[in-house]
Amino acid sequence: MHLLELHNIKKYYATQKAVDDISFNIEQGSIFGLLGPNGAGKTTLLRMITGIFFPDSGEINFHGEKFDPLRDSAAIGYMPEERGLYKKMKIGEQALYLAQLKGLSKAEASERVKEWFVKFEMQSWWNKKVEDLSKGMSQKLQFVTTVLHNPKLIILDEPFSGLDPVNANLIKEEIFNLAQKGSTIIFSTHRMEQVEEICDHIILLNKGKKILDGTVNNIKQEFKENIYSIESASASVNNTLSSDLFSVVSHAGNKMQIKMKPGIATNEVLQYFINNGVSINGFNEVMPSLNEIFIKLVEGTDTARQFQKI
Amino acid sequence: MNKIGLIISREYFTRVKKKSFLITTILVPLVIVAFYGIIIAITIKGGTDKQAIAIIDKAGLLNDSIALKNKNIDFAFIKNETENSFIKKYKTQGYQAFLFIPAIDSGFVLHSQASVSLTTISSLEKIVNKAIEEKRLLAQGIDPAKYKSIAADVNIDNTIDTKEGGKKSVAFLASAVSFACGILIYMMMIIYGTQVMRGVMEEKTNRIAEVIISSVKPFQLMMGKILGIGAVGLTQFAIWIVLIFMMQLALPLIFPDMLQQLNSSAEAGGKAAMAANIAQGFSSLPLLKIGVSFLFYFLAGYLTYASLFAAVGSVVSEDQQEAQQLMFPILMPIILGFVIMTKAVNEPNSSLAVFGSLFPLTSPIVMMGRITYDIPVWQLALSVVLLIGCFLFFTWITGKIYRTGILMYGKKPSWKEMMKWAFKKL
Repeated sequence: MHLLELHNIKKYYATQKAVDDISFNIEQGSIFGLLGPNGAGKTTLLRMITGIFFPDSGEINFHGEKFDPLRDSAAIGYMPEERGLYKKMKIGEQALYLAQLKGLSKAEASERVKEWFVKFEMQSWWNKKVEDLSKGMSQKLQFVTTVLHNPKLIILDEPFSGLDPVNANLIKEEIFNLAQKGSTIIFSTHRMEQVEEICDHIILLNKGKKILDGTVNNIKQEFKENIYSIESASASVNNTLSSDLFSVVSHAGNKMQIKMKPGIATNEVLQYFINNGVSINGFNEVMPSLNEIFIKLVEGTDTARQFQKI
Repeated sequence: MNKIGLIISREYFTRVKKKSFLITTILVPLVIVAFYGIIIAITIKGGTDKQAIAIIDKAGLLNDSIALKNKNIDFAFIKNETENSFIKKYKTQGYQAFLFIPAIDSGFVLHSQASVSLTTISSLEKIVNKAIEEKRLLAQGIDPAKYKSIAADVNIDNTIDTKEGGKKSVAFLASAVSFACGILIYMMMIIYGTQVMRGVMEEKTNRIAEVIISSVKPFQLMMGKILGIGAVGLTQFAIWIVLIFMMQLALPLIFPDMLQQLNSSAEAGGKAAMAANIAQGFSSLPLLKIGVSFLFYFLAGYLTYASLFAAVGSVVSEDQQEAQQLMFPILMPIILGFVIMTKAVNEPNSSLAVFGSLFPLTSPIVMMGRITYDIPVWQLALSVVLLIGCFLFFTWITGKIYRTGILMYGKKPSWKEMMKWAFKKL
């Protein structure tokens, strides 16, 4: 079932088409990656999904019904890229306040806050102020305030920026946990290695348009270039090795990468090496990283968005 | 709705629980009372430094007796000197100034090295005038003592007829109360208005606005902040009134000898009579009307301006200077109101005062300046209606500027852009 459906969403600013006719669906319980270079329109899109902005045209359906920010905001947790907390407010009170604004009763809110504070070892922070926290600490607090009310849809904009590996792992674990319990997570970032690790499904935006949509595996399959890496037992593989089966991409010591010609099966290549007396230790397909796909797709377009008349 | 209540209570309690709130709330009345205490103490002691003024009396206008009549000035008569010769000497002889009297009725000159205070000049003028008067009376063959018994010096008492009978009014008290009310509203509007602005700026620069607006409507956030801070203002006010009242009761207990000194001083009779007068004057004022109108004009005036301040806070980013620039057009009508109010206190029914008390941007201040006087009912009603209308209109407009501005970062929008936000349909 689709938790969220976007149909032909458009949002134009005075000089930019921030979001230009974007449609996609998000499965319930999935971790969804929203990728794109700076200024691609990610934040604007997220703000429309959270009900902060209204789209100029198009339709958003939440749970199969037309999205109503007032009713549905309680089911959404949003952690914006620029973290926002009251600097002078006590941390415990602040978490309670934000949870109550999401519609929890005071007792409920206080119970949940305590639960999460124990989980993240933050009990001693209760009476501190945000200005006393380090960047990483306030990041953790922000994450807690985002998920306190058990939202069905959790939107995280760059959740790991500023976190050390230990805390990043802690939050990553929590994200998997929440997804397993049925929450749907939208994860916006431009850090590709995290996306590969976490996301099931991604879309890539550039200049307000969707240029890629699919599961991580499918996309990799789609963009693979038939490159294999071969590791031989001895370092002395003949340099001149080449045939009409493949071409050598790189060669270092006992490792080499080859690009297969179209229509050639892997066994034919192995056969070729065996026939040439090379003993093989490893033979792997090299999948492109999302990073490479990202750069390939975005490269060549202007890196900076230009102002335009609409 | 429940959420706006949450926002109000957060705005209210974070401010009220602050130490600075407690300190200003308690210190301000203390300072005011201490200030009065010091003024009273100084007046009783009368410890102004004495001035020494020399007089060269070529006309024989003044006789030596006047030297005793002024307690702040020591007079000395200089003989055997001319105006020109003494100019070089009076400073070294320890006189601050010298008065030269060439003839009986003209050409009086006071020589000094720095300008002389108004009180000194006026007391000199009084002395000289009196001496001239006496000379003239004698020249006409009238006995000065007889003249004194003839001359009239009448005070007219103003009695205000209320349901409980006539009450003696004290003119200066009515205008003082009006003035105080006007100033208070003026101060409260600026102090709490800028607090609203700073609060909005804080939310915007901390980026918390984005988190909160994903839970509540921007308008709820804005109104919650405005109402919460307004409640802080009212609380502070209530505490002040109670404290000042208590202080005035406690003052004689703390300084028991102060009242004694008051009584024993030479003007004791006058002071006691004055105190009785003031008490009577207070009871002649329409206190209920003043209280109710104060509450209304404070709230309505504050709400009208607070929404403007909130809009300013939402469009500027961290830059304080930008905020100052945008605040200026908002402060203008407040200051204008203050200026009109100072005039209205003395002439409550002049056309300027009537205009100022109807025009909604100045009415909260100006109307309070007229409040102790008799204001036609139609004017009060019209002023209330206009003010409420203005408040609703501003809140509607600024709400829209706020909802766009609070999420915009980067450059300050132009007036044209803001107007566009204000009038666009959502």
